[in-house]
Amino acid sequence: MIEARPGPPAAARAAVGEPRGTRRRPLRPAWLAAGVVAVVVAALAGLAFGPVGLPPGSVAAELLNLIPGVRIDSGLTEREIAILTQLRLPRVVLALLVGGMLALAGGCYQGVFRNPLADPHLLGVAAGAGLGVTAMITLGVGGGAGSGDVTTGLPLTIPLAAFVGALGAVVLTYLLGAAGGRDRTPATLILAGVAVSAFLAAGETYLLQRNADSIREVYAWLLGRLATAGWHDVLLVLPYAAVTAVVVLLHRRELDVLSVGDAEATSLGLHPRRSRYLLIAAASLGTAAAVSATGLIGFVGIIVPHTVRLLVGASYRAILPLSMLFGGAFLALTDLAARTVAAPAEIPIGVVTAFFGAPFFVLVLRTAKRVVL
Amino acid sequence: MSAVSVVSAVEVRDLRVELGGAPILDGVDLTVAPGEWVTVIGPNGAGKSTLLRAIGGLVTGIGSICLLGTPAAKLRRRDRARMVATVTQSPVVPPGMAVVDYVLLGRTPYIPPLGRESDADLAAVREVLDRLDLSGFADRELATLSGGERQRVFLARALAQGATVLLLDEPTSALDIGHQQEVLELVDQLRHDHGLTVLATMHDLSIAGEYADRMVLLADGRVAAAGHPREVLTEQLLARYYRARVRVVDGEHGPLVVPVRAAGTRVRSAPS
Ligand SMILES: Nc1ncnc2c1ncn2[C@@H]1O[C@H](COP(=O)(O)OP(=O)(O)OP(=O)(O)O)[C@@H](O)[C@H]1O
Ligand SMILES: [Mg+2]
Repeated sequence: MIEARPGPPAAARAAVGEPRGTRRRPLRPAWLAAGVVAVVVAALAGLAFGPVGLPPGSVAAELLNLIPGVRIDSGLTEREIAILTQLRLPRVVLALLVGGMLALAGGCYQGVFRNPLADPHLLGVAAGAGLGVTAMITLGVGGGAGSGDVTTGLPLTIPLAAFVGALGAVVLTYLLGAAGGRDRTPATLILAGVAVSAFLAAGETYLLQRNADSIREVYAWLLGRLATAGWHDVLLVLPYAAVTAVVVLLHRRELDVLSVGDAEATSLGLHPRRSRYLLIAAASLGTAAAVSATGLIGFVGIIVPHTVRLLVGASYRAILPLSMLFGGAFLALTDLAARTVAAPAEIPIGVVTAFFGAPFFVLVLRTAKRVVL
Repeated sequence: MSAVSVVSAVEVRDLRVELGGAPILDGVDLTVAPGEWVTVIGPNGAGKSTLLRAIGGLVTGIGSICLLGTPAAKLRRRDRARMVATVTQSPVVPPGMAVVDYVLLGRTPYIPPLGRESDADLAAVREVLDRLDLSGFADRELATLSGGERQRVFLARALAQGATVLLLDEPTSALDIGHQQEVLELVDQLRHDHGLTVLATMHDLSIAGEYADRMVLLADGRVAAAGHPREVLTEQLLARYYRARVRVVDGEHGPLVVPVRAAGTRVRSAPS
């Protein structure tokens, strides 16, 4: 390894003209640029390919046309422009947002719980959000049972219901996992998450049984709604996603400090519990927003942060922002695969992520030996 | 000494700590003068780590703890972290973290809550790494270091904190005898160079006695004896509180404690 060569000591190296302050930047600009490129490429691919092929150059031109004052002739017909801006663009943007949120939440949970297996799905958070939404639809709290047609967009209160469900689930999972006492391993928390998920799924089934008239509506939502995504959904998710991203990214250094354990984090001047609660709430909000827009999509929160960690190292200051970017790109590409592989049929996107995610999970499980929390 | 009363680095008065409903420390008094090295000894479970945790603010108790003259309860966590640095009995080694990043965590009390390290923080860390001969390890993963090297890194993180009081909970328990001496000499050197105050716990009594100015024998949550190593490391006290059979012989830098086996307890090996 080049890094480890017996070179001049750090002080001398700093004197040899490395710009001050740049040497220990956990997030290298090159990686950030790579993340942005990944998002752009994934977005262009998602916009260009489909039943109607659109040349990527024309797609890029049309995207620039969305900027007020820009007018480039892309050579696309009216109909193609409509396909692009009304069908594909909101779908791709939603995939970027949801993928970014799920990956960010996964990375954040992994730091907060100091558990490499933590993931919005495996912790039961997604199931909790799902139950929250189902309860809202079936009990008609925000819009009336059967009256709100999910295909035309969700009431604004849906993400909040999902958030309540998500928080309830993560608290339940944590309490159940903590009951494992001193012999806890990373898997203990995940087993607790599985139990909580099963419990919440039972609650969901019960609600559906009791409210058979809204089953169709709920299922349309449960099966993943990326296919019917419109700008309405994007606008619905955006504010919650923004809050989550800001809160989590601002605290990314604290996650690094938390990785030495609560006792030492305290002796370094932190309030570990306070940071932890705030970050759990933020990650759960992001998960809830994602779930309420697209239903249950698993494994993104485990595949992406772990791949990023392998590439850039263990600092959450690099892992979190990059997870968000690569997570968005990953889901946009996955969505592309889901709708083109078996065209004209669409494979549910959750099936595709699970197809890649389950083997990946086994890999992570094999390397996660011990838990510290 | 001048008439001005010297403020103690650490002053503990009548400390009582309960954990899980049981009293762990009861009526503990302890004073550490600035620049002094005090070592707390005592059998397993006596409450040594708990005492250090209470002083470091990790557990709360009844009684008073003053740090450099300020009641600890009145200090904000960040301010306390600038005064007192702790190396716990078995620090967590975060997987994948490089040595330099780990030592940088020591600068946390100086970094604004949502900010990042300044050049001054980086310079402080470089200086500490140089001082402890760790520059060559800066980019190595902490988890790949040997026990002795790690112990130096833990120490480096505590020093990077810029605190004047060091709480070291069994800083040498994982080390061979040569590295024990190396680390303790280093601590002693740093203490002289930077005017640090050291409060440590240790199990190796001979070594503990050689480095400490004063010792405190803790047993069952109470102070059983305190004073110069010669006053604490006596055959009677060690027999009584450790249930240990030892000879204490005079050494160059303090009493040396030699465990001896009681006569007639040796089991003969069975004839084959
Ligand atoms: N969180 C806790 N809850 C209940 N009891 C605790 C807790 N922490 C420590 N104890 C008990 O307090 C007593 C003192 O523990 P402490 O760790 O301070 O001992 P020690 O003197 O450092 O021992 P050792 O030499 O083995 O490190 C032990 O009996 C321990 O079981
Ligand atoms: Mg101890």
